[in-house]
Amino acid sequence: MLDDFLLRAALAGVGLSIATGPLGSFVVWRRMAYFGDATAHAAILGVALALLMSLPIWLGTLVIAFAMALAVSWMSSRGQSPDTGLGVLSFSALSAGLVAISFAPGVRVDLSAFLFGDILAVTRADLVLVWAGAIAVAGLIAWRWSRLLLSTLSPDLAAASDINPAREGLVLTLSLAVVVAVSLKVVGALLISAMLIIPAAAARQVAMRPVVMAVTAVLIGWAASLAGLWGSLQYDTPAGPSIIVASALIYLTLTVYSTIRNT
Amino acid sequence: MSLIVARDLSVSHGRRPVLSHVNFSIEAGEIVTIVGPNGSGKSTLLRALLGMLRSSGKVMKKPGLVVGYVPQKLALDRSLPMPVSSFLNLPKPHSPAAQAEVLRRVGVPDVAGQQVADLSGGQLQRVLLARALLAKPDILVLDEPTQGLDQQGEAAFYQLIETVRAETGVAVLMVSHDLHVVMSASDRVICLNGHVCCEGTPHVVRDAPEYRALFGQGTQGALALYQHAHDHAHHDCDHDHSTGKDAANAG
Repeated sequence: MLDDFLLRAALAGVGLSIATGPLGSFVVWRRMAYFGDATAHAAILGVALALLMSLPIWLGTLVIAFAMALAVSWMSSRGQSPDTGLGVLSFSALSAGLVAISFAPGVRVDLSAFLFGDILAVTRADLVLVWAGAIAVAGLIAWRWSRLLLSTLSPDLAAASDINPAREGLVLTLSLAVVVAVSLKVVGALLISAMLIIPAAAARQVAMRPVVMAVTAVLIGWAASLAGLWGSLQYDTPAGPSIIVASALIYLTLTVYSTIRNT
Repeated sequence: MSLIVARDLSVSHGRRPVLSHVNFSIEAGEIVTIVGPNGSGKSTLLRALLGMLRSSGKVMKKPGLVVGYVPQKLALDRSLPMPVSSFLNLPKPHSPAAQAEVLRRVGVPDVAGQQVADLSGGQLQRVLLARALLAKPDILVLDEPTQGLDQQGEAAFYQLIETVRAETGVAVLMVSHDLHVVMSASDRVICLNGHVCCEGTPHVVRDAPEYRALFGQGTQGALALYQHAHDHAHHDCDHDHSTGKDAANAG
């Protein structure tokens, strides 16, 4: 029989993957990987503010992650080199967050839980948050699928079809902030991007259509979550990183498979 | 009413003005070609008219106007798997039969299952046109649509556009610098160089001093040659439909 905490951990990983599959596909298609990193790093600053102002952690991270995502997309729309700007913003937010957390009164804060996640300590309330956020994001992406896809493919083609590519970009920005906020407890600020990118990149090796890639990325996320948790239990390794290692192994396997098939 | 009207349209990239005080309109069923040297703001004008970039001045589109846009090029990221059949369904789905019909029409009947990223330049232009036609547009906007096509393919491409216009009454707005190929296929030519230098029927524009100043006398010969060739092609088209079909399938 599964232990309760293990069941909750599995449900958290599975739930999160419902959002990271499709959102991660867009992150890969739009080359937003570093963008995801910056948003996730900013979440640490959100944690600090939430602790200092006695707000729920998810609210603090959601607000700060969204503000960060907006700042970054505004910056890149101004034609500034996203690379350097992102780096400055990203690491400033991360470090400012770490510094600010040290000022938080009362309870000693377990930093590594925020940096690497603590999936085995997921509570029922966390689960509700993860599932609600993930389903909202997946639903949002499904609803606007064609518009998002065309805006990603070519903003000009989208504009000619009366789709506002900037607004669709904002949809993804908001989704990213939601995913960061709800997944902080599960995989942590440093590994959220990995959860977005690796399953989607693995799915790319076998998928020939956009929708297939998004769905496959969800399935890979599920497999990686379950395999990672199993491995973590088996070998007594940290759970969050084990999930990422599992998805990396899936990526490797599918890459080898598709390379062999195509030669 | 006009399909698109622009009044006093100006666009700058940073501080550099690219277009200044352009007035423009296009009517239903009209073929308008924009010509001009490199950097004269041809693509910019199209993009400003379609609301793809910020401009000052006024652009009015007829309410509910459906635009079929064929961009100069489409840079598709390899990370996005996109077969032609999925691409044609953006943003609105179409039946496989409708897709097959339009692909046959533009002369690439066998590409539905191929990845867009694997298409040749010429095939991609045709697929982009197919996608634009599927929307049943009121106006086709083509930005140097024949890049990547050989001469034969180019002639077939323009012939197809004329045929579509004759059948559906779609208006066509295109940018080109293949002066000799395009000019006499147009009802109206706009000669652009940051502003509208001159405008009118191909003959009027060809004889305008502003046009001569931009393109020199050299194009005269080519233009005359083309006019002859074009009239000839048109003659064929009117009386023998197989010519048009062959041409559309060529390349």
